[in-house]
Amino acid sequence: MALLLCGLAGPLAAQEARPLAEDPVLEAKVMRIAEELRCLVCQNETIAASHADLAVDLRKQIRQKLQQGQSQEQILDFMVQRYGDFVLYRPPVKSSTWLLWGGPFLLLGVALAGLVLNIRRRRTPASAPLQGDEAERLRRLLGEEKS
Amino acid sequence: MKRYLLPLIVFVVLLGFLAVGLNLKPREVPSPLIDKPAPAFKLARLDLPDKQLSLQDLQGKVWLLNVWASWCVACRVEHPLLVELAGSGAVPIYGLNYKDKRDDALAWLAKHGNPYVASLSDTEGLVGIDYGVYGVPETFVIDKAGIIRLKHIGPVTPEVLRDTILPLVKKLNA
Repeated sequence: MALLLCGLAGPLAAQEARPLAEDPVLEAKVMRIAEELRCLVCQNETIAASHADLAVDLRKQIRQKLQQGQSQEQILDFMVQRYGDFVLYRPPVKSSTWLLWGGPFLLLGVALAGLVLNIRRRRTPASAPLQGDEAERLRRLLGEEKS
Repeated sequence: MKRYLLPLIVFVVLLGFLAVGLNLKPREVPSPLIDKPAPAFKLARLDLPDKQLSLQDLQGKVWLLNVWASWCVACRVEHPLLVELAGSGAVPIYGLNYKDKRDDALAWLAKHGNPYVASLSDTEGLVGIDYGVYGVPETFVIDKAGIIRLKHIGPVTPEVLRDTILPLVKKLNA
């Protein structure tokens, strides 16, 4: 259903003129904030990139709030209050997200530890001392090679 | 033997993660509004555009807020169930007619039945934004004190109604 809407929204949105603000500075600000926000209809797109109806509406909200003099934090708070942390493209660091932020470093640590262990094991020669006539044979082989 | 065991374990663990991942529903984003006061609104009624309805008017009872639109295909799936629910009188249903044209909405209700005590015209979708609506239909259960107790995203199914919504309404009414 959502995919259908996403697919439909493209050509539909193309027909109607985009409500660009007259002020390009303001519009740049709108887009900068919109790039921090996830479109919940087409979840892999930002609100800046999405053509979904909701994204258009939310860009309008951002524009209005900027015109009212609100800061970026206030606008992001407004969105989080309604749609949750999920709306942020950069999730905040908190107890429920520590694995998300720390996970890659944890994996890196485990991988490095494994690597170090592996290298150490390889460096210590596992060979036993030569036995019987092995020393004599080795010398002969090496000697033949040299000549 | 041990050489082969480790990759096998890693593979099985990976398989487990993938299996869980397959069964997650990323479409259903948990709402931050659960157990919070329902956002205030004051909107014109769909049937009587001169009259307005606000959140305060609905205090003191348990009710459902169903977000719908005539352009919404999935709304048609859940609609017979809502009509049936309204007929049973178990809980009053109020509609939020989201980003719709009044004529289309009225024609749609005339054709498919009207389960709503009243529908509110959210033509601009601003109340929808306050309620964090992103996939119509959505259904909220709101308690006597005006606290949102449940948000269901997508069409209400008979299972959801029987196992989740109705027991919750009963509990809140007790």
